[in-house]
Amino acid sequence: MLALAAPALAATPKTSVSTIEGEVMCPICGTLLELAESPQAQRERVLVKRLVAEGKSESEVKDALVAQYGTAVLALPQGSGFDLSAYVVPVIAFIVAAIALALGVLRWRRASRPPPPSSDATQGPRGEDAERLEADLARYDL
Amino acid sequence: MSTRALLAFLAVCAVIGLLAFGLLNKGEAKIAVGDPAPDKVLPVLGGPGQGSIAEYRGRWVLVNLWASWCIPCRQEAPALDRFAREFRGRDVTVLGINVQDNSDDALAFLRENDVRYPQLRSIGDERSAAFGSTGVPENFLVNPKGRLVLIWRGPVDREFLEEQVVPIVAGRS
Repeated sequence: MLALAAPALAATPKTSVSTIEGEVMCPICGTLLELAESPQAQRERVLVKRLVAEGKSESEVKDALVAQYGTAVLALPQGSGFDLSAYVVPVIAFIVAAIALALGVLRWRRASRPPPPSSDATQGPRGEDAERLEADLARYDL
Repeated sequence: MSTRALLAFLAVCAVIGLLAFGLLNKGEAKIAVGDPAPDKVLPVLGGPGQGSIAEYRGRWVLVNLWASWCIPCRQEAPALDRFAREFRGRDVTVLGINVQDNSDDALAFLRENDVRYPQLRSIGDERSAAFGSTGVPENFLVNPKGRLVLIWRGPVDREFLEEQVVPIVAGRS
């Protein structure tokens, strides 16, 4: 009984063919495997189905495909070597763009702000001006 | 030049550099008759060990790029195998390089077609790119000095081998 159950447990699928097909390429066709119908894609699909039926996980299936077809079979670039730039460059570009935008907004706000009032204006008129102002206010009884 | 202009110039150079790198990496090699045969040590298909075209220096080598899913490859296999057996004793080797394939299918192909000449395996399309290949099958005749003397981008048959290859390896052309 246990001997019969063991292979069944080992063959329990850990991923699905459709999941894998959406994440790997048909290297000859240059498209996702799920969109490809070439003879090579059909053989690759058979291999994926067999590996999934054997209970291989998603990463194990992908590793097996890379061993057979090379890294070009992966739809997403690897996270090492030159391929790493596919992930790093957009992040760096986003950060640089955000900094440039923030600096631009700061500069724009500084330019559109009214100039600060001079110290003369805050302290009011002085000397003759103050006397004339007082006279005018008195004249108009304000 | 102001700092801002310099930064903009460097950014443009970086983008152009990346584009050029991508284009150069995608570009297929262009090979012609007279060029040295592209070569690299590759694993033996279905077995331990490695091999290369250079191992056959001193012999004529008919390099055949093939894949098990390729129908014309299946059609040309008997002619190639017959040619390999006929000329084995005359310093001629047929060397198969299996490309863009999985090894189980490739080995099944060899069994079904009773192909017995030596086989190497190229993972990915690196080898076919080195040969400037646009598909399979493709055939390349390499002289004993390791240079290409015939490039045939397509399947071969018995007539082709007798008319195009045999005169060269037999020194009649």
